[in-house]
Amino acid sequence: MNAIALAAIGLFIFVIGYRFYSKFVAEKIYRLDPNYVTPAHRFKDGVDFVPTNKFVLWGHHFTSVAGAAPILGPAIAVYWGWLPAVLWVVLGTVFAAGVHDFGTLVVSVRNKGQSMGTLANKLVGQRAKILFLFIILILVLMVNAVFAWVIANLFVTFPSSVLPVFIQIPLAIWIGHAVYKKNAKMLVPSLIALAVMYLVAVLAAEYQVLQIDLVRYFGGEDGAGLFGLGAISSAFFIWIIVLMIYVYIASTLPVWKLLQPRDFINSHQLVVGLGILYLGLLFTNPEVTAPITNPDTNDVSWFPLLFITIACGAISGFHGLVSSGTSSKQLNKETDARFVGYFGAVGEGVLALISIIAVITFFPTADAFKEAYNSFGAASGGGLGNFVQGASQLATGLGIPADIAATIVSIIVVSFAATTLDTSVRLMRYIISELGTEYKVPALEKTHVATTIAVVSSAALVLIPEGPNGFGSGGYLLWPLFGTSNQLLAGINLLLISVWLKRLGRNYLITLIPMIFLMFMTLYAMIIQVFTQWAFWNESSSTLLFVFGAIILGFALWISITALSALLNKNLPKLDPNE
Amino acid sequence: MIDKMKQLIAYYEEVLSMPHRQEIARELRNEDDLFLLLLYSEMIGIPNPVYYYTLELYPHMIEKFHDWHLRMGMDKSPLSGIRCC
Repeated sequence: MNAIALAAIGLFIFVIGYRFYSKFVAEKIYRLDPNYVTPAHRFKDGVDFVPTNKFVLWGHHFTSVAGAAPILGPAIAVYWGWLPAVLWVVLGTVFAAGVHDFGTLVVSVRNKGQSMGTLANKLVGQRAKILFLFIILILVLMVNAVFAWVIANLFVTFPSSVLPVFIQIPLAIWIGHAVYKKNAKMLVPSLIALAVMYLVAVLAAEYQVLQIDLVRYFGGEDGAGLFGLGAISSAFFIWIIVLMIYVYIASTLPVWKLLQPRDFINSHQLVVGLGILYLGLLFTNPEVTAPITNPDTNDVSWFPLLFITIACGAISGFHGLVSSGTSSKQLNKETDARFVGYFGAVGEGVLALISIIAVITFFPTADAFKEAYNSFGAASGGGLGNFVQGASQLATGLGIPADIAATIVSIIVVSFAATTLDTSVRLMRYIISELGTEYKVPALEKTHVATTIAVVSSAALVLIPEGPNGFGSGGYLLWPLFGTSNQLLAGINLLLISVWLKRLGRNYLITLIPMIFLMFMTLYAMIIQVFTQWAFWNESSSTLLFVFGAIILGFALWISITALSALLNKNLPKLDPNE
Repeated sequence: MIDKMKQLIAYYEEVLSMPHRQEIARELRNEDDLFLLLLYSEMIGIPNPVYYYTLELYPHMIEKFHDWHLRMGMDKSPLSGIRCC
């Protein structure tokens, strides 16, 4: 199979889905009205509610939702062969993610631009709102843990990426200072900063002195580390602690000191990354070497785990937070929602598709692929490294040497992950404060108390589970949990859209079917993992994962019951679509 | 062609600066809100905690205040609340 053909088929289906299916949904189900006065116009205040050009809004929406997750999930999921992963990404985007992102945007626009959490209270009831808050809390906790582990993993695997990433911090502070004090434009300085980072990357890839390689300092892979741990475990431990300290500082500083300019530098990397991957694909014209389906996967079945391994890139509840949180307040015309919401999801699908292609064209033969992906653990642990190497192989088509490309690609992934990490630690702090207000614990409302809780609990979650590679490798056991909590959030969003459609007296099957599908997969996957892997009566038991899995399972059941009662409830009053 | 490129760059910058424009606008709005609140409470005579905290400025302001009332041609402090001389 030729990889360009595969990409072309995927993109063609995306185009068809956007052209026809989203049009059908827009006209027949959501019934968009070009004359409807959107919240952006109705509550225009120049801050939150600003009517924005649909292309600009799409760009903002896409850069907010695309991150490291649509790269990592597919890179793990090709373990079951490339066909299931490609099918789930393509069809999931067209029939689930598009409808979900588009729907959350429309529901929010039709309800004064309120967020999904507030709408849960309005459409289903008070309990649904608390449920929503807790699910988001679990989701951000998972995000913190998983992404801290992802960054540490890349630092250990590609030590040349450490210095460029850390150079970014003083650069960002300098830009923030320059822009804020002198009111300069950000574009040129941030591009210069990016160029400096990549220059450092090139140097670090060439000279070993510039590679901050903790494993080498400890005397290689078999060397003795700290506290009697191995070298790799110690390296993980140190990086995770360093990251947590960084995140603590970054999320308590005022935003324009560090986060804003850093975000600005990072935003360019999405363009650079997609450019490298798709242009590289065109120039190298590789063959797909990975097997269509992998018959040797006896340890973990693809059904249902595939559907929670690829969350972002097929469907992700996190997008609902973005579209109902910021995008809905800036929508100029209601008919723009189709482009912003649905096409935003398609953008994410395009990123996930190319990550799959980068991995499945990397190995020289199918046997080499099977050797690297010999178990689900190996897939989870090595998936990201395989993606970076695959992407750098594509980049050689653009004349970039492979080692430099690998450094640059790992910087891109680290930047995505770090941006997500900052945002989610901040979000977690707000939620802890909100829960403190809700349950009358004033101590929790203090910034440093809430941030400390967020950071310490995330660090504990990464470090405590015993992974197969010893201390510090527990991080990737959490990936399925991250996927499940993300799918739960998507499920509850789809439920809210369904309830809204039902109360308007419209056909709600297009959101109900993906919701049932997601809830079924989540429940099934959690039951399998909790009872056959993590519970105390199994060999691979883990109390922490068991507890979290059980909590998520409980939430999934709770959502299902809430959904049933809300959809079967005949007494919910009809809504007026024009209110 | 050059115009198209300029348009593209302008679009790109707008996409990137959108969330940041929002954050800065929000900070400014918060400052404005606070200022308005102070003005109104002053105008209508609603007691607010700010007066209590301005006491802390007393030692910092006393010298400047003294110079000011001398410049204004008053030998003694015109305000009974601030006794500088």
